[in-house]
Amino acid sequence: MSTTQKDLYQQTLGCVHCGLCLPVCPTYRVLGMETDSPRGRIYLMRALGEGRIENLDVVRTHLDRCLDCRACETACPSGVQYGNLLESVRGDLEQKAPSRGLRPRIARFMVRHLLIHQRRLRLAFSALRAIEVVGLRKLARILRLIPRSLDAIAPPVPGGTQRAPLKTGLHQPKGPVRGRVGLFTGCVMEPMFGHVNRATLAVLLANGFEVVIPKAQRCCGALLVHMGLPDDARTLAKANIAAFADCDVILNNSAGCGAALKEYGHLLDAPAAANFAKKCRDICEFLDSVGLTQLPAARNVTVAYDDPCHLCHAQGVREAPRKLLQQVDGLKLVAHARPEDCCGSAGIYNLLQPELAAEIGKRKAETLTKAGAQLVVTGNPGCMIQIGASLRGIGDHTPVCHPVELLVPPAAK
Amino acid sequence: MDAVLKSLIAIVGKHRAIVARDALLAWECDGFTVHKQLPLAVVAPETTEEVAALVRILHAGKVPFVPRGAGTCLSGGPTPMAPSVVIELARMNRVLQVAADDLYAVVQPGVVNLDLTTAVAHLGLHYAPDPSSQSVCTIGGNLAENSGGPHCFKYGMTNDHVLSAVVVLPDGSIAKLGSEAGPRAPHGFDLPAIFCGSEGTFGIATEITVRLCRDAEAVHTLLASFGDMPSACRAVSQIVGAGMVPAAIEILDQATIRAVEASIYRAGYPEDAAAVLLVELDGPVAVLEEETAEVRNFFAQNGALRIEAATSPTERKKLWRGRKGAFGAMGRLNTDLYVLDGVVPRTKLVEALNGIYAIGKKYAVVLTNVFHAGDGNLHPNISYDGRNVEEVARVLAAGREILQLCIDLGGSISGEHGIGTEKLEHMPMMYTEADLEVMARVRSVFNKDNLCNPDKVLPSRHGCAEVAKWPAMIARVLDGEGQS
Ligand SMILES: Cc1cc2nc3c(=O)[nH]c(=O)nc-3n(C[C@H](O)[C@H](O)[C@H](O)COP(=O)(O)OP(=O)(O)OC[C@H]3O[C@@H](n4cnc5c(N)ncnc54)[C@H](O)[C@@H]3O)c2cc1C
Ligand code: SF4
Ligand code: SF4
Repeated sequence: MSTTQKDLYQQTLGCVHCGLCLPVCPTYRVLGMETDSPRGRIYLMRALGEGRIENLDVVRTHLDRCLDCRACETACPSGVQYGNLLESVRGDLEQKAPSRGLRPRIARFMVRHLLIHQRRLRLAFSALRAIEVVGLRKLARILRLIPRSLDAIAPPVPGGTQRAPLKTGLHQPKGPVRGRVGLFTGCVMEPMFGHVNRATLAVLLANGFEVVIPKAQRCCGALLVHMGLPDDARTLAKANIAAFADCDVILNNSAGCGAALKEYGHLLDAPAAANFAKKCRDICEFLDSVGLTQLPAARNVTVAYDDPCHLCHAQGVREAPRKLLQQVDGLKLVAHARPEDCCGSAGIYNLLQPELAAEIGKRKAETLTKAGAQLVVTGNPGCMIQIGASLRGIGDHTPVCHPVELLVPPAAK
Repeated sequence: MDAVLKSLIAIVGKHRAIVARDALLAWECDGFTVHKQLPLAVVAPETTEEVAALVRILHAGKVPFVPRGAGTCLSGGPTPMAPSVVIELARMNRVLQVAADDLYAVVQPGVVNLDLTTAVAHLGLHYAPDPSSQSVCTIGGNLAENSGGPHCFKYGMTNDHVLSAVVVLPDGSIAKLGSEAGPRAPHGFDLPAIFCGSEGTFGIATEITVRLCRDAEAVHTLLASFGDMPSACRAVSQIVGAGMVPAAIEILDQATIRAVEASIYRAGYPEDAAAVLLVELDGPVAVLEEETAEVRNFFAQNGALRIEAATSPTERKKLWRGRKGAFGAMGRLNTDLYVLDGVVPRTKLVEALNGIYAIGKKYAVVLTNVFHAGDGNLHPNISYDGRNVEEVARVLAAGREILQLCIDLGGSISGEHGIGTEKLEHMPMMYTEADLEVMARVRSVFNKDNLCNPDKVLPSRHGCAEVAKWPAMIARVLDGEGQS
């Protein structure tokens, strides 16, 4: 056994097979098979470490179905670090034998050559937008130019001004300064949800923070890690650590990126990386800890807040967004069942496992529809897309937004 | 064999069947990880008719089969003895009917225990038996094991809450045992009672009608910590002796407290206490006030160090969290966990615990205790490394001696986890050959060909090679001990 293999194997031994993680696993809930449960996956990874696996593809099939939502980690009394384990094993498998098949290859290509390059991504979105404007999306759909799975989840691309990137450099608040923060803008958030980034900036400025947006920042690398390509991710991590070297607090508004940034210490195994990770905060986590000095604009609206997996399970942030939302005058939070269940977005999961993602998304949409809120709120771009699409899929047109959009004070609007 | 598999797959379809050898590894054990056996295949039916069709094929082909729920059994129940087909029931998870006014629900066997309670909570109802695994384990598994839980002290075990069951018998025929019209007896033989606790050897339950209970008007949960274990046990004896019937009485020892507090199930138990005692009272508000004061008195008389009380659902949930996550939290101590399950008369608790700790020392195993004190149902947990054969042997030897101790004190070898494969060789310690013969005859009425979960519960000559090795392993440890 190689050292990494031994290490992985050691981690699987923490599982005592109690099964307490089963009921929170979305894939087990849909498929009802031990192999598609956390306990079963850990067992297969353990067998891999013990050299008992004859056919790697069998293990890969079941690991590929995992959302990496880490709900199982939250549920595990024995403290199994499932997320780390999975990512390491995926990396190991990818090295031994890169996954074949068209879908994984397209996904790998998209992530490596498109998603993580902000300029290229922006261009791609401009192209999509152009298609949209001249009504070609329908045609493209008919001709199957856009993969069906992508088309179903991609919302209409916003117009040019909304996509304009935030100005890099230092932004100064008008009033007294409470502190200075760095802002990580994210590669999907920026072109697709530019308004969320603008709201984030507005809230921070209104609440007295200087905001630095380093030009040299890059994609967080989360998708690469999930796909078992940690080396590519390490390059990006190093760039980000350098870009934010001057910041004491580094904020982000994408739960998926946030979780990845906080794990740089694990990814790079260097003091600078661990130090960087310690400085990272989710926007809601930060605002709740420092407190709002400018109250948000009042709104008469009922809201269902859905926890992004990478915020609640990976970062342990649950109450902060709710507490902030409750400070919006007139806003009423309504409860829905299983708010911590994954919506099926999970990075590019909905591209790789469209059928399962659709079923998991449908279940999420059904619980949300039942709650009957006027607005669904969640703090991760992937979840915003997936939940919106899933709701539309069952004929519910409730809008989805990011919590920070509701925190903008009236004066800053 | 191939032909049988083909016919099975034809029933459920490819995506609900597993035949790849590597994938089957995931089904080779349950919560009792000492015993492992690879199944031949796994099939996941969704309806009674599909189960019956599968069983008919298996019966005709003389292929053994094993029903399985969530696989949380702690005695090897859903682990095959010989190469068998596992019938995975987790997909049969629909609540078919809720008769709120008649206080019953009809469920498929794969419905998770807690999901049923969640589904009827808005009606002010719940399903009473609450194993600590209730968030995972299935009603079918509960029925097969006659599972208990903290609240069974007052409300009774699974057997007291099952009204009827539709069962696919081991030859593939379908029968209904019992009827919705409670109380259960007397209208013919009480067949649900016989099926309940049969550990998957009498057939596969595919539709189960269970009683629903009304939520109590109020619930008080009290937590007391003690400087020594005997004081905690004495408090229990006095509470019960005074004629009170708390909804639950649980004790955790210090090592368990520390493991729980280090886990995500942290409940704020005092880590310096030798034992914590958790008592829950439920009923009308007026009565509760009085009873709570009385219980506090008993705590104080026995030198309780600290008493905490919770009345709101969130506070109560927190106090219970630690207890419910206790087994899993023990996983922090070593790679494997052996959860024992013995019963002693309540008045013998102190004696039994002293004996159990001594046995742990004697075999040099890491042993902790968490138990349903009200029922005298002990759960000594032994943390060990399953890769160390010598240690496994010591663990099994200690387990056997603990169960012998329970029998000697007038108790039994299982309170709720069943015999499965784990306690096969302990059955003769408790029963004579004639006793066992009666059980074998009852089984053959249901399972003449011994195809349905074969060779479980009752020791047999042609059991599993793996299990057959244990007595020799234990003997080696005992011998080694005699020589030293
Ligand atoms: C952390 C933890 C805590 C636990 N706490 C308790 C506790 O407090 N009290 C308690 O009593 N037990 C407890 N257990 C043991 C276990 O949860 C119970 O025995 C439970 O009833 C098993 O249910 P399951 O769905 O997991 O069944 P499985 O483990 O899958 O199967 C158990 C047995 O039932 C048979 N079976 C399953 N479904 C059917 C069916 N539909 N028809 C016929 N036979 C069937 C199987 O063949 C097997 O023999 C605990 C276990 C764990 C891991
Ligand atoms: S909860 Fe933890 S210890 Fe229990 S089966 Fe899941 S991973 Fe293993
Ligand atoms: S990460 Fe999510 S999908 Fe994967 S095993 Fe855990 S709970 Fe299941």
